[in-house]
Amino acid sequence: MTQPVLSLNHLNAGYGQTEILHDLSLHVMPNEIVAIIGPNGAGKSTAMKSVLGLLNIREGSVELNGENITDTPAQKVIERGISYVPQTNNVFVNLSVQENLEMGAWTRPNGIEDRLQEMYELFPDLAEKRTQAAGSLSGGQRQMVAMAKALMVDAKILLLDEPTAGLSPKYRGEIFSTIQKIKGTGVPILIVEQNAKQALGVSDRGYVLVDGANRHEGTGQGLANDPEIARMFLGGGH
Amino acid sequence: MEAYLGYFLYLLSLLTVGGIYAIFALGLNVQWGFAGLFNAGIVGFVAVGAYVYALLTTAESTFHIGGFGLPLPVGMAIAMAMAALIAGLIGLVCIRLRSDYLAIATIGIAEIIKLIFKNETDITNGPRGINKIPRAWEHFSEERFYSSAPMSWIATPEQWVAFFDSLPNWYWQPLFAGTILLVVFIIYKMLERARTSPWGRMMTAIRENEPASRAAGKDVTKRRIEAFVIGAAIMGLGGALFAQHLRLIEPTNTFDPSKVTFLVWVMLIAGGSGNNRGAILGAFLIWTIWSASELLIAGMIDVISAVFSTLDPSILATRAGFLRMMLIGILMQVILQRYPGGILPEVRPASPKAEKTVAGATGETK
Amino acid sequence: MWDAFGFEFVNFYLIPGLVLGCIYALGAIGITLTFGILRFANFAHGEVMMSGAYIAWTIMALVGAAGIALHPLVALPFAAIFVIGLFLLCDRWFYKPFRKADTIKIVIASFGVMLIIRSAVQALWGPNQITFVPGIARPNAWLQSVTGDAGMMILMPNKHLWIFAGTILLVVALSYLLNRTRTGKAMRAVSDSPDLAHVTGINVETVIKATWIVGGICATAAGVFLVMDTQTLETTMGFRMLLPMFAAAILGGIGKPYGAVFGGLVIGLAEELSAYPWIGDTPLLSPGYKTGVAFAIMVVMLIVRPQGLFKGRSF
Repeated sequence: MTQPVLSLNHLNAGYGQTEILHDLSLHVMPNEIVAIIGPNGAGKSTAMKSVLGLLNIREGSVELNGENITDTPAQKVIERGISYVPQTNNVFVNLSVQENLEMGAWTRPNGIEDRLQEMYELFPDLAEKRTQAAGSLSGGQRQMVAMAKALMVDAKILLLDEPTAGLSPKYRGEIFSTIQKIKGTGVPILIVEQNAKQALGVSDRGYVLVDGANRHEGTGQGLANDPEIARMFLGGGH
Repeated sequence: MEAYLGYFLYLLSLLTVGGIYAIFALGLNVQWGFAGLFNAGIVGFVAVGAYVYALLTTAESTFHIGGFGLPLPVGMAIAMAMAALIAGLIGLVCIRLRSDYLAIATIGIAEIIKLIFKNETDITNGPRGINKIPRAWEHFSEERFYSSAPMSWIATPEQWVAFFDSLPNWYWQPLFAGTILLVVFIIYKMLERARTSPWGRMMTAIRENEPASRAAGKDVTKRRIEAFVIGAAIMGLGGALFAQHLRLIEPTNTFDPSKVTFLVWVMLIAGGSGNNRGAILGAFLIWTIWSASELLIAGMIDVISAVFSTLDPSILATRAGFLRMMLIGILMQVILQRYPGGILPEVRPASPKAEKTVAGATGETK
Repeated sequence: MWDAFGFEFVNFYLIPGLVLGCIYALGAIGITLTFGILRFANFAHGEVMMSGAYIAWTIMALVGAAGIALHPLVALPFAAIFVIGLFLLCDRWFYKPFRKADTIKIVIASFGVMLIIRSAVQALWGPNQITFVPGIARPNAWLQSVTGDAGMMILMPNKHLWIFAGTILLVVALSYLLNRTRTGKAMRAVSDSPDLAHVTGINVETVIKATWIVGGICATAAGVFLVMDTQTLETTMGFRMLLPMFAAAILGGIGKPYGAVFGGLVIGLAEELSAYPWIGDTPLLSPGYKTGVAFAIMVVMLIVRPQGLFKGRSF
């Protein structure tokens, strides 16, 4: 059996005194897209932030390729190859597109030029806007910049926090197809999403979080077709 | 006996000035401790109080406008009102600024106030300042008071002169110190009542969680302006007493921001911001340290200049004064880092409803 | 035209205004960078600047005692090293403990640092004015004759030429740093969003150190230029400069170094030009109120447009 790239084992964690995650376990295997879905306030984003050492982990562990990285500070986690795209404020608005990508490569300053070329190939829209301030781009393009910025390092795994929140349907589709393209480059992805149906559509596996604990898990298709889940979260389906 | 009298008078002066600083600190506590408003221009309100009082109560003078020779309590009341009025105007425009912006703005406004006092020579006598400011109790022995009503109804000027000659020349000191302590006590009682009132609890709620208070329909801006104005009025009153204590005020050295604004901040932080008793304790404590360090350093200078006869003791003395300021600054940093709550940390006024249930659930939020 | 109006206006109001503006600009760069990157108004900035000038004077006095007359600009880099050290020590001792605490704590701490530094300087050097480079500064003869021949005589002492040149050099160097180097771009990134910088893996502590270094160099230059201009050292000059520098930083927009430069020039010019007899023969504003101009501009800006002219950060 192969080892998971990232695994969260029986986590109890939260901010300060407040506990948000209760005995949460999940893992991401190599070359896999895994989605975390669930209602608002279920702790989806919190689960992601626990990986980055941004909150208080009381019990349980986080492992990257079998190594324990629980409570490692964000900067070290990122140096180890976990790339994270926050939901909002995920680009430096006053920096140009290219400067944003350069900042993404902070922990890996060598060979930036080659990596920039790769990114402009993966995100052709960005190539022509490389000197523009990221703040002047549309929401969808900013999301592209944020993802490209996160991929500037040799990412062992990419964490995306609600990449399609607030985007028009056209851009949503584009983001999801880009996510599949990124998977094609061999980077596994953990994605937190509100748009559960579309997210499960591109995912290999999914977890359903309710009240800080995983309630269901299964393959992307399996969850998407599960009538109970459809009733609970997918609703009319955005 | 003479020596004991010296100690007694020194103690009285500690209580007098400590009490005036306690008034400033209580005023700041309303603004910062209650409402979280970073007023870095304390000296501006103090100066307004002092100047208004001085102009209103001094005898007519050719150097400045007035003086109007008004009774002392009237001067003090108007000094308070003017400081409050100016704070109200500032509050209307500045209150919504974030903490450090408010600090910069208030420093700027305080400097403008001082600049006006310095430049409007016709009104304030400019840099030369105002002197012969009447000091409570001592003023009774001035001719213009005993030779006019109501003192002249009681006795003739000659009788008054004879009466005051029979008193020791420091007769007013305990009375003045006592008056200031009484003022401190009254302000303290009033603020304690305000703090535990619904108004005070609302202030705490606003300071802790502004968005929630706003969402709950509370007029946050209005409450803040109220706190700013009340605090400034108290500082204005303190300023009037400060002017009485000094008897001579001028715009630059009297109202040195480091000796007023900064020292008051150190006092409040040391005592415990949000706690009225802490503010008073901090004021007396820091003033005593400040004052005692002067004696200590003066003693050290005597020793040093005796050993090294080439050094000029007067230069050493001025330099040493700055070392004291430096030590106070370091003391504040230590308190800020090690005892962030101060000596008497804030005690939350419990709401009447929560009072019964809160006992077992301390530390538990949400 | 020139004789009636221009000569007086340019030589006695415009040039002094620009010189003062350059000094404010350099000070404001440090304030705006610190404000943008560390998120607090550093009240100690003016005092650090003042101490830099005292150090430069001391270096000159020590070297002068050995019989060598040192130009202030030669002493400047050495003083800058000291100032950078002072900034880094202050950060370590007084600001770093509050990195994750409420902003207000660190502002109060900087308030305390302001007093500590000023008192230390007063205790070491005494409270009295010290003459920095004695003598009367004569106008540059070459410039005077060239412009005089052209019918527009400009009287500018060498010290002013040095101040202009030094300011331009520093601003160009700063612009290279911020736009062309990795550290400079990271400084802009942290100023933009410290949280994102943190999860991008940028070493924020390194960026903070760089900020103090850049701020320290500019502050020393501002301090030395100021005393080159006024030719006197005073312990109160730090506090006197603080509010105009804040005003410049706020006018230009917090976190915007070019905005700070522009703001500095505007404030410097406004202070000098406010005393020009625009209407009638008397100064528009009594010279006693000159320092009030900066405060007034600042307070108005804070109320009307807190993000500044160049859309800086507003909190």
